[in-house]
Amino acid sequence: MNKTIMNEKHVEFLQSIKKEKRNIRFVQLIMFISFFSLWEVSSLRGWINPLLFSSPTKIWALFLEKIGDGSLYIHVIYTLGETVLGFILGTLLGTLLAALLWWSPFLSKVLDPYLVVLNAMPKVALGPILIVAIGPNFGSIIAMGILISIIITTLVVYTAFQNVDDNYIKVIRSFGGNKKQCFKEVILPACFPTIISSLKVNVGLSWVGVIVGEFLVSKQGLGYMIIYGFQVFNFTLVLMSLLIIALMATVMYQGVELLERKLIKHHIQ
Amino acid sequence: MALLQLKSIGQTYFSKTSATTALEDITLSVNEGEFISILGPSGCGKSTLLSIIAGLLLPTTGSVMVNNQPVTQPHPKIGYMLQQDYLFPWKTIEDNITLGLKLRDQNTNEHIQAALRLLKEIGLDHTRSKYPSELSGGMRQRVALVRTLATQPKMLLLDEPFSALDYQTKLKLEDLVSSTLKEHGKTAILVTHDIGEAIAMSDTVILLSSNPGRIFRTFKIPETLKKLLPFEARQHPHFSSTFQQIWEELEHIEQNDNE
Repeated sequence: MNKTIMNEKHVEFLQSIKKEKRNIRFVQLIMFISFFSLWEVSSLRGWINPLLFSSPTKIWALFLEKIGDGSLYIHVIYTLGETVLGFILGTLLGTLLAALLWWSPFLSKVLDPYLVVLNAMPKVALGPILIVAIGPNFGSIIAMGILISIIITTLVVYTAFQNVDDNYIKVIRSFGGNKKQCFKEVILPACFPTIISSLKVNVGLSWVGVIVGEFLVSKQGLGYMIIYGFQVFNFTLVLMSLLIIALMATVMYQGVELLERKLIKHHIQ
Repeated sequence: MALLQLKSIGQTYFSKTSATTALEDITLSVNEGEFISILGPSGCGKSTLLSIIAGLLLPTTGSVMVNNQPVTQPHPKIGYMLQQDYLFPWKTIEDNITLGLKLRDQNTNEHIQAALRLLKEIGLDHTRSKYPSELSGGMRQRVALVRTLATQPKMLLLDEPFSALDYQTKLKLEDLVSSTLKEHGKTAILVTHDIGEAIAMSDTVILLSSNPGRIFRTFKIPETLKKLLPFEARQHPHFSSTFQQIWEELEHIEQNDNE
């Protein structure tokens, strides 16, 4: 085959990829628009209970109003801060705990059944105890965000530590490296992909912990807005908070993915 | 005087139900500049022996001496090269080859420059700031050789370093490793199950029997072959007669095992 034909084929191939991408975006957009239009229309026509399910225009109006009087701002900042701290601390502390288990196989064997039990237990059930112990404030909500993600992070990261190919450690040891250097040069960098992916899982978990925490503490934040809206039967407020949470969780997730692409591009072997 | 001496090395592994003897009564001395191959069927404890010499594993009995000093931990004058390159994928080639220097606290500018010169010598100067995933298998194993040589060991332990490569790359690398080691006056111990490789590369071939691993026979490679590069040695008429000899001895080992 000569070169021009090859080039034409290549252009065709690229176009077909582009076309598929455009089609996917188009269908996604159609779904988005039809969902909200259907919601609006059904609420307007009374096909669904407007008191319960509200409608996009009502939510939008409330959103603008809340932005106007500045009351939304503080709630969003609170919840966002708590969640970010929760999932970063949860991941860091979980990784630290995993490092401790890796360092001492004895400790790891001793703690194994306890970790299994703690992992199986629903952590949100500890909420009331936390609030009494730490106080109904920022601290107990962050504790909740951490608690919900720390054990699973420990288990996942520790398993990854154990699965690192021993031959890399052999390389370090043959150069006279000690255990600390094995950890720093091999174990930790080899497990970066796992730590980042648990960061991704923890974004979601931390939202659960923080929202439940805010339900219980009921002072400020989007969780508080949901509980408040529920108590005064203002479901427009509830749904608006929910949409904001969904949006922010997505942005955070994308952020972590971006971090992932930046940090671990050379980890493929 | 011998650079390395093994005095009746024995290694036994214990498990809940049994004790398995992998090596028994290995006594051996290696002179400076010598190239020794250890050849044997799989499971004869070749790699275990290498780990013991490297100081990664303490033998159950016997002792390892380098320059008449007992080895109890990885010795700075011994370099170890594994079956696969095991380059660190998250480090650049430069960081990979200077890893040993860093770990041994020798990362002075002078040593780093020496390592980079070695990289150039081996024809991979241009890969300095690349990552291992961008290199082919043969190139990676060459980088691994530079990494091992960077700490300037006197003796190299090679644990089947060519077994993961395709045949052509393997032949080329044999020549390169052989000439590089000779040029720098290194002593080497190669562990392999490839008879041809053992003959082509070394001065002495040691046959191990299996279960437990013992020294079965020692072959001196004829002077005519020793002088040649591995690839040329493979073409020499003496090569096939030596091959034949070793082949027959290996058959003996197998027969003894079956009895």
